[in-house]
Parts: sequence; structure tokens; C-alpha cells
Amino acid sequence: MSEAAPHLLIEALVKRFAPGQAAAVDGVSLAIEKGEFFALLGPSGCGKTTLLRMLAGFEVPDEGRVLIDGADMARVPPYARPTNMMFQSYALFPHLTVERNVGFGLRQDGVAKEEIGRRVASMLDLVKLGRHAARKPHQLSGGERQRVALARALIKEPKLLLLDEPLTALDRKLREDTRGELVRIQRSVGITFLMVTHDQEEAMSMATRIAVMSQGKIAQMGPPASVYESPANRFVAGFLGSVNLLEGRVKGAEGGTVLIESPEAGGVLTTLSSSDTIPGREVWVAVRPEKITLSREESAATPNRFAGRVRASAYRGEVSTLEIALASGKTMRVLLPNSARESGTGFSYDEPVWLSFPPQAGVVLTQ
Amino acid sequence: MTERRFGPLAVVALPYAWLALFFLVPFLIVLKISFAETAIGIPPYTPLITPDLHLDLHAANYEFLTSDALYAFAYGNSVKFALICTFLALLLGYPMAYGIVRAPERWRGFLLMLVILPFWTSFLIRVYAWMGILSDNGLINQALIGLGLVSAPVKLLNNAFSVGLGMVYSYLPFMVLPLYAALEKLDPTLLEAAADLGCRPWRAFVRVTLPLSLPGIIAGSLLVFIPMCGEFVIPELLGGPGTLMIGKVLWDEFFSNHDWPVAASVAVAMLALLAIPIAMVRRLLQVDLP
Repeated sequence: MSEAAPHLLIEALVKRFAPGQAAAVDGVSLAIEKGEFFALLGPSGCGKTTLLRMLAGFEVPDEGRVLIDGADMARVPPYARPTNMMFQSYALFPHLTVERNVGFGLRQDGVAKEEIGRRVASMLDLVKLGRHAARKPHQLSGGERQRVALARALIKEPKLLLLDEPLTALDRKLREDTRGELVRIQRSVGITFLMVTHDQEEAMSMATRIAVMSQGKIAQMGPPASVYESPANRFVAGFLGSVNLLEGRVKGAEGGTVLIESPEAGGVLTTLSSSDTIPGREVWVAVRPEKITLSREESAATPNRFAGRVRASAYRGEVSTLEIALASGKTMRVLLPNSARESGTGFSYDEPVWLSFPPQAGVVLTQ
Repeated sequence: MTERRFGPLAVVALPYAWLALFFLVPFLIVLKISFAETAIGIPPYTPLITPDLHLDLHAANYEFLTSDALYAFAYGNSVKFALICTFLALLLGYPMAYGIVRAPERWRGFLLMLVILPFWTSFLIRVYAWMGILSDNGLINQALIGLGLVSAPVKLLNNAFSVGLGMVYSYLPFMVLPLYAALEKLDPTLLEAAADLGCRPWRAFVRVTLPLSLPGIIAGSLLVFIPMCGEFVIPELLGGPGTLMIGKVLWDEFFSNHDWPVAASVAVAMLALLAIPIAMVRRLLQVDLP
């Protein structure tokens, strides 16, 4: 699918809403290939929506360039861009039927009536809304409205489809079902999707690549698994899922592993070596809650084992989350699958337990 | 259970009772008078039901309306003036309302207040003020003569121009406010969506803004058109011989001729001529009006 020049190229894009104020988007550079499903992920106010609106042409960048298939978009107004947007509020035209809403873009381009009818019908089939063609938006459910918005944005076959929090307005169950649906539609039309979301689960389960944004900058970019398993810094580690951070100092290296003295953990942590672990340097070891094992007896299988007491336990159906207090007072989150049916996790409040995790579970972060 | 049902019923009944008391009853009285004959006395018309309990209906007043071309002319003139002035008020009011909606939020309240501000002065005084501005030795003519642009005063008062100006000026707020309410509800994201789908700004206005503000256009137009049709003060003060309107005819029948039955039939005919087409328009467009 990929070509010589990137499909979408963003170069050092900057947007300030008021002079002197912190930039909403602060020097973002990105290259997206044709056919990708790319997710911009970040907390609210991180600049991801502003970035999306600059791509659509609704905001004018202060610095930097946007190129689509090599063409500079600087002087191209929104109505002439090869992009289409699916709005968070859907922005369906309330006075037009579903059919008219979906065909709106084609009618603007002066496409012949028969062709509009044909393409609208096939697009409504794609989003499974054929039966509702004659309805007005207010006669549809939230999920149906979302599909009309998608169909309306897809029908012009844009080079780039921009999705602003496409699933946020749906309720939880429908949101999860719709994720797969959106990926299926993206594969079948082959259009490049650029999605903005604050929901890390959504981004990871749908996108081929994600970029985590923080304060107008891209904190990390890559395939979901690599960003999740090898976060670049504490922000990314904490934003993408939940994480235990143990503060410490590098003590030394020992045959492919790094030893980190951590009073917080109450001992020495062993992790796999990474490039920037100079002895004496202050670091954080990030351990995902699902990678920690709990046991009643100390096991010798891993050097990373620490005693603690159960402080809280939350039953969440498929998993239980436990909070374990270490001797230092530091609280660790542990995720246990509820594989046995009746017993839950079997650990009770204030019970002394051993936490352990293998060296490869810990990620050394320097910032 | 009965006392529980009484509350909601009272809430619904109150506006109906109000309308019945202050609209239906007076209208029925006028309707009654329109079927009577003039008489010397107080009240100056014959009773509808004679002392020997015979219904005494006189359709002669309505026949009289059709026989004298003056009435038809005055009706036509009123409707023509009202239509033109409503259109002008819409043309002027739409950009005003649009501008207020699009203005920065801290300005909006102030701009709306400017629209309502004229109401703080009596309507009559404002119309009189226009006489001062438009008359032969008024503000405008003095300025024009002073600047040497004209040698003799331009006729600005007591013609169609001054009546139109007065009507558009007086009723403009009634046009602006419903339009403002309609445009204010419009989600700006819809215009972004239209632009995103290929609409230039002007097309987005025609395809999205205009249809979505239609209820405001209709409400404002009716709110302006209906009272303009029956307007008496403006044509009386700013108008001339060429601007005879039905409100003036009505006034003359009542107060100069003391012919209450004819005046009442003029009023009933006007109501019928206006209410029926408006109800039809409403049915046709199927929009919610305030």
C-alpha cells in the first residue's frame, strides 16, 4: 500500500491561539502511509483536536506545513481539501433525510443524480442503514446517527478521513461493538483513517499505529503493542493503561541485566539492560499490573520479589484489581484474572503476600 | 382523584380562558355589531335580537364594502405596503440578527439591547421624530440645502417612502428577535460540516443556514406583516393622500362617520382576509410557530 512519498506529511506544525500563550500544537511532525489507521491519543487539551482541525482546514497553522500526496495544503480552504471529517457531535443536517445527508457532499460536486443515488445506496449498505434512508436524524438512535456521519464523510472517497472522537458519544457496550465495525469498514474502503481519541483502549484496539500526545507535542509514536510494552516516559506509561512506577537509582549492570537500588520497592530491582542506564542515574521502573504475580510463599523464580499486605481488592468481573502496600508504604496495583469461578482471587484484606515479576516485565524510564 | 386532575387542567385552561375572554368575546361583539344597522343612540347600532325575539341580521354592511371601491383599494394598499415592508425588514433584519449571533459573546448582550432600546421611548414619539427628520424644513432637507446639493426641499414626507420607512423602522425589532433566536440555535459545526463536504461559504448559507432559520423567518415575517396590515398611526402621521390604508379607513368609520356596523364589518373582513391565508401558509409549511 505504501508509496514513495508519504501519503500525509506533517512538518513541524505549530498553532498558538493567543500570542504569548503556550502553543496548542507545538512542533508536531508526522508521516502517515496510505491505508493506515492512525490514532492520535492524548488527554483533553493536549492539542490533538486542534491538529485534526488544521488538517481539515478549519484552523490555520502558525508554522509548519501539511502535505497530502506531496501537495501543500496551506492555501487550500476546507471545501477544496481531499479530506473529510467525521465530527464528534456528528453535525448531521437536521433538516435533511439520511439519504440527503449522505449524498450532500456529492451534490456539492455536481455529481449526476443517478450516480448519487447509486453511491448513497451502496454507502448505506456498507454502514447497514439501507432501511432508514428516508428518516431524519432526530428519528435515529445514537449508533445509527454515528453511522450516518461515517457514511457522509466516506462517500466522497477522501484521501484522508479525519475522525474526531468517533465513538465517544456512544454508550459503552455499543462503543465496543462499533470498534470492530469501524475497522471492518476501513479495510473494505481502503481509505486512510486518522482518528483522535482520549480512550487508550479504543486507540490500541483499532489503530495500526498510535501517537501519544501531551502538551502539544508527540510523546511517543508506534504500533500499539510497542508503545504499551516499551513506553518512552512516565507520561506515556501512565496514560496508556495503568502502571506501577518504582523510583530508584542505577546500581550497575550484570550480564545483560541492570540492577536498580529502589528504597521504594524495598530492595534491588533487576530489569533487562537498556541504553541509558549510567550508574547513579535516577530512574523509574515501570511494571504493568497484569505482569505481577501474587503468592503466599516466597518463590525463587525471579530476583524481583517483595513482601506486602493486601490493602484493597476490587472485583471487576473478568479480572480483580488488588492494591498491595509494600513495607515502604508504596502501593502497588496488581491485576489478577478470575479464572476460577467461585473463589475470586482468594486473597483477603491485610493478608501478607509476595509480589514478584520477571526482569523483562520492568521497563526502565529516565524521564 | 378529581382534585389531582384539577391542577394540570387549570394550567391548560388558563391560556384558553385568557384568549376566550380577551380575544374571542371582543371579536364576537365586533362580529355582532357588523351584522347590525346604524342607529341614532347609545350604542349607535340596532340590537341583533329584536324585543320580540327575532334575529335581525343585516348583511348590508358587507355588501356595502364590496360596492365602494375605496375599501378594496385600502385593503389592497395595506397588504401591498405590508408585504413590501415585511420583505425590506427581512432584508435588513437578517444580516442584523446574523451579525449579532456571530459577534463575540461579550458584545451580544449589548447589541441585542440596542435592538430593543427604541422600545424605551413611546412609539408615537418616535414616529413624530421621523416627521421632524423628513419634513420640508427637517433635518435631512436642511442638511441637503446647507451642503448646496439641492436648491428646493426634497419631498420626503407624506408619501409612500415615508410610510415605508416608518413601518420598516418601527417593526424591525420584531423581525430581528425571532431571527436571532433561530440563528442562535444553529450549531456552527453544521457550517464546518458543510464546508468539509465541499460547500463554499455562500452555498453553505443557502443549503444549511437559510433552511434551518426558516422558522425564524416565518415567525418574524408574520409578527411584522400582521400588525403592518392594520397599521393606523404610521400612515396617519407619515402618510399622505396616496397612502390610504385600511387601518385609517377603520378609524374614520368609527370616529368620523360613527358608523359602527360598517367599521365592524371592515374589521371582520380584514381578519378573515389575513387569518385564512396565514393559516393556509402555516399548514403548507408545517413548521412550529411561536
